[in-house]
Amino acid sequence: MRIITEAVAGSLESSDLLVKVSPSRDKTLEIYVTSDVIEQFGTQIRHVVDDTLKRLAVTDGLIVIEDKGALDYAIRARVQTAVLRGAACKELNWEQLS
Amino acid sequence: MEKGQINNLIQELSAQCPDLGSLQSFAGAGSNVLHGNDILQNRRRKLCASLEEAIQRTGLEDGMTISFHHAFREGDKVINMVMGTLARLGFRNLTLASSSLLNTNAPLIEHIKNGVITKIYTSGLRGKLADAISHGLMDTPVHIHSHGGRVHLLQTGEIKIDVAFLAVSSSDVFGNANGTRGRSPCGSLGYAKVDAGYARQVVLLTDEIVAFPNTPISISQDRVDCVVKIDEVGDVSQISQGAARTTHDPRELLIARSAADVVEFSGYFKQGFSLQTGSGGSSIAATRFLEKKMISNGITARFALGGITSSIVELHEKGLIDVLVDTQSFDSVAAESLGKSVKHLEVSTNEYANPSSKGAFCDQLDVAILSALEIDTGFNVNVITGSNGMIRGASGGHCDVAAAACLTIVVAPLIRCRIPTVVKRVTTLVTPGESIDVLVTDHGIAVNPARPELDARLREAGLQVMTIEELYNRAVSLSGVSEPIQFTDRIVGVIRYRDGSVIDVVRQVKGCLP
Repeated sequence: MRIITEAVAGSLESSDLLVKVSPSRDKTLEIYVTSDVIEQFGTQIRHVVDDTLKRLAVTDGLIVIEDKGALDYAIRARVQTAVLRGAACKELNWEQLS
Repeated sequence: MEKGQINNLIQELSAQCPDLGSLQSFAGAGSNVLHGNDILQNRRRKLCASLEEAIQRTGLEDGMTISFHHAFREGDKVINMVMGTLARLGFRNLTLASSSLLNTNAPLIEHIKNGVITKIYTSGLRGKLADAISHGLMDTPVHIHSHGGRVHLLQTGEIKIDVAFLAVSSSDVFGNANGTRGRSPCGSLGYAKVDAGYARQVVLLTDEIVAFPNTPISISQDRVDCVVKIDEVGDVSQISQGAARTTHDPRELLIARSAADVVEFSGYFKQGFSLQTGSGGSSIAATRFLEKKMISNGITARFALGGITSSIVELHEKGLIDVLVDTQSFDSVAAESLGKSVKHLEVSTNEYANPSSKGAFCDQLDVAILSALEIDTGFNVNVITGSNGMIRGASGGHCDVAAAACLTIVVAPLIRCRIPTVVKRVTTLVTPGESIDVLVTDHGIAVNPARPELDARLREAGLQVMTIEELYNRAVSLSGVSEPIQFTDRIVGVIRYRDGSVIDVVRQVKGCLP
């Protein structure tokens, strides 16, 4: 899956996160994560983001995440939504999303 | 009588009673008064044309201790202004003993960097100042005390205030002051009253000079050396910001409702009971839910103590709480009530919570509902450092009230922005677990095993009681296990228990300020 258009999901409310995706110029996958709880949960957040992108088979795109202390399932859902919007995906493969 | 005759009296006295020979003979009505002989001039002698003049008159020197109070909370205009003036006048090496410090006090960072302030005593630290101190800004650790504990430190002489700079809402030219009149009424001067009593020199700052004598008298003329008129003492609309806010957050309201349920079935909900709600959304909101229970059970409270909020005032005005005992007014409604209700009392922090006071109101308290940043499975509470190890709160009256009340309830969400509130071990210990009876979260209620009878009562009432370990496991299952915070060995803060003893320290966090 490739990001072909700019898209966002989520918010900057506390316990949520904002995911912004945009096409990559050099066809690579770049991920940037900032978080209010980066010291305590940085590794775990990055793990969930990477895993979600891998399950969706995202190969290229710029993924920028501003986390405000969201739980794992919120992170997964927001990343999925932003990616599906950015990839202009019409057909959903539910197995990838579970 | 002639001067010679009086001298003869002394000689006669001395001959008959040798130990009276050193008495002085009368030398005129004005010879020994402190303030000169111009009666009309004397009446205005305390009024200073400027803050600089007042500072000069106090004899303040490098290395001395100055104090402030924080009744204006986030709206305070005096602490930063006075510190800025002292810095400009070239003072150095001062000890700052403010009853607390808030987000608004970030400008103090420069004064610490420049050596104007070298030591701090405070109940709390927040915002940029707290971040900087957590990262090792100061050479000497900050002392964090409780509100009652601060008075204890003044009593023992550990804190010796040389000059107190006290913001008041109104004062007359002679220094009779209160927080209820004037254009910026902050309400109770509970902290300031103590400093006025202990400081060697007392400077009042006000934006409203009223006709003599000002009433009511919260700080009396016989404690005051200088009065300075300034443009603005504080923005009272900012008092209820931050920790003293009113919540509309459904989760905080859920916790507040559960806390009211706990009170109802605790065994302490009886005619004539007394209560205190601390700062923090759920704690303040619990009052609203208690109201219904009080009406339906036909119960009224004898008194409410503490930081007084508009919701407590509402119950007072409805006749549900007889007396309000106010050491700090948390909003303009409370400040106004203090000015108009004869049963709304203004008390000093010595009368409020000092463990070595001859009588502290908290010793008469039945129920306290308090907040927490963290609580561990031993019910120990942290209200000073965040889970990232940085200072971001205040000791306040937490350990004072928790130790004294019959029933101490801590209210907190189980998880705040992914950070569990219930932990294995608190980052910093402020209030020992032995003082805490019940924890109320949005996921359930836990009772301290030291109170089995309370546990039984709440379970019998059908409340959602579980063990604190169960709450901890639930928190971790939702948030995941956090990575431990990295600290250096260097101590940046000393947590003083209310009796002055050291209960914990705060260490410098690793890394640089972002």
